Amino acid sequence: MSTELGKAFARAKARGEGALVAYAMAGDPDLARSVDVFAAMVEGGADVLEIGVAFSDPIADGPVIQAASERALKAGATLRRVLDEVVPEVRRRCPETPLVIMTYVNVVMAMGEARYAKLARERGISGTILPDLPPEESAALRAAFDAEGVDLIPLCAPTTPPARAEGIAKDARGFVYCVSVAGVTGMRAELPPNLSDRLDLVRRAASVPVVAGFGISTGEQAKALVAHADGVVVGSALVRAAHSDGPQAAKQLCADIKRGLKR
Amino acid sequence: MTTDTAAGRFGRYGGRYVPETLVPALMELEAAYAVAQRDAAFGEEVARVLREYVGRPTTLTPAHRLTKSWGGAQVWLKREDLAHTGAHKINNTVGQVLLAQRMGKKRIIAETGAGQHGVATATACALFGLPCEVFMGALDVERQALNVFRMRALGAVVRPVESGSRTLKDAMNEAMRVWVSQVEDTYYVIGSAAGPHPYPTIVRDFQAIIGKEIRAQTQAAIGRLPDAIIACVGGGSNAIGALHPFIPDTSVRLVGVEAAGHGLQSGQHGASLTLGTEGVLHGSRSLVLQDENGQIQEAHSISAGLDYPGVGPELAHLAKTGRMEVRTATDDDALTAFYEVARTEGILPALETSHAFAAARSLARDMGKGQHLVINCSGRGDKDVATISARGVPPATGVKS
Repeated sequence: MSTELGKAFARAKARGEGALVAYAMAGDPDLARSVDVFAAMVEGGADVLEIGVAFSDPIADGPVIQAASERALKAGATLRRVLDEVVPEVRRRCPETPLVIMTYVNVVMAMGEARYAKLARERGISGTILPDLPPEESAALRAAFDAEGVDLIPLCAPTTPPARAEGIAKDARGFVYCVSVAGVTGMRAELPPNLSDRLDLVRRAASVPVVAGFGISTGEQAKALVAHADGVVVGSALVRAAHSDGPQAAKQLCADIKRGLKR
Repeated sequence: MTTDTAAGRFGRYGGRYVPETLVPALMELEAAYAVAQRDAAFGEEVARVLREYVGRPTTLTPAHRLTKSWGGAQVWLKREDLAHTGAHKINNTVGQVLLAQRMGKKRIIAETGAGQHGVATATACALFGLPCEVFMGALDVERQALNVFRMRALGAVVRPVESGSRTLKDAMNEAMRVWVSQVEDTYYVIGSAAGPHPYPTIVRDFQAIIGKEIRAQTQAAIGRLPDAIIACVGGGSNAIGALHPFIPDTSVRLVGVEAAGHGLQSGQHGASLTLGTEGVLHGSRSLVLQDENGQIQEAHSISAGLDYPGVGPELAHLAKTGRMEVRTATDDDALTAFYEVARTEGILPALETSHAFAAARSLARDMGKGQHLVINCSGRGDKDVATISARGVPPATGVKS
């Protein structure tokens, strides 16, 4: 596991907090201004940044991130440009914060798995989340990532049977991304009642941190989960805040959620 | 013989590239389908519905006047346009909706491009009494008004999809998103030979009835197998159905015809086998139209059913290994062929099917007399009359002697 990710979770834990993994879309509204959003989220307390790289056909994403993807693609965001223009600048402004790329497998395949892993590591990327790459299809890609020390962060779903969930957790790199609701990304008023049981099960099996994501948008929701997870991922709510009210709104929301994450 | 090299893999292509939430459902489907395949009663039920309701076997029509006009191989038409609902799509939806019922699923969702798969799914749902929702690109909703009405008449809900290029690929994205959120009780009927494993296999198996009938019918008519079979390829369901049973018969040329749209050089086409590169779209690794950054490009074809930037993984494998020859036809070629077939054989082919006819002419001439060519007449053209008539109708003297 990348030491940066481990350290970030450990720092949050030492402060008596769950970690906030904050997502925004690189290139929304444009490449330069998305850097401001990432930096603002760190000011608001984000412990890990998840940098979204747009894909034309985002099947795991709800309307908010779909719209952000379209804006980013119009603004010229590509994996190469994000790695060359966004990541180094975020790294410079937030040197302590580990960075994770979230995109779809075709985007990485188009660059070449090994080439991506090498470039990502050079630019300071700790891990990568590919929501359309289940374990059965990931062997070759993960070997290429392991060779460069980039964590392929696995997802576990509410529909994943317990034994499979334990397998995913045991084998995980970086952290385990527990998808909280059966569905696409986006805010939900309520999270499923059995989510805490699922998080407990995955946490028992995992040797890396476990985070809950999809549907989480408030400090209240984060508070309810913090006993069962090492952190939460917040995406659509931050993307929406940054899009409608700018980086300061995303910073504010991060701070609200961080308050909820205090143990 | 099969081209499957591992579960769900066709050479380099295929697989299951989907969100983890869907993986258990796809495993459940794979297991349920394996059990159904071993159950003789299921096979008989599908066969009975195809016989009593769909009207199978569809006929193999000798195209005498087209043969004479082209002056080459003897041309035969596999008349999928005569199947109930007017296209081959019903072969697969009957099978999958019966499978869904067997699995205890309560509702059906589907995506559609030209609307033929949507109509065929709505039809099977009406027949077996299941609620049906069809996702359709908003652009396709506009250009396939007849099929939109048919689906609604059959009791289905049509959901226009406004994202992306507002065509088949976006409808499929949306259907997958909706499926993710309702996966416990919902069955997703994919109509194309694409999608994550096990769909390409399931669709192929249900559509292979076309090729099996061609085999029996040519044996009966000419005492041997045909020399070539040609079919249009969008996602590829009619092509894989017609061609798959002949893969081991190396004497039979297998030919797929892709949409060249405004021309292969125009950048506006649906020729993923010809110009696509390896990528992942809608759950499988195949050949896709994409830019150098891995963004999927919008396809273009006058026919909504071929307006798709991907292609089924088994077809990609057949094309890359050379077992299937790939040709292309432009929008204009297809329109010309539409009128030619209408006026020579008294058949209005679907615009998708018209692409197969457009490429068949030169193939028949190259093959020469004494050879036998089967064209898979995948669907009827009634759904396309608005698109075609908007371009004007050629004068009535166009009939060739």
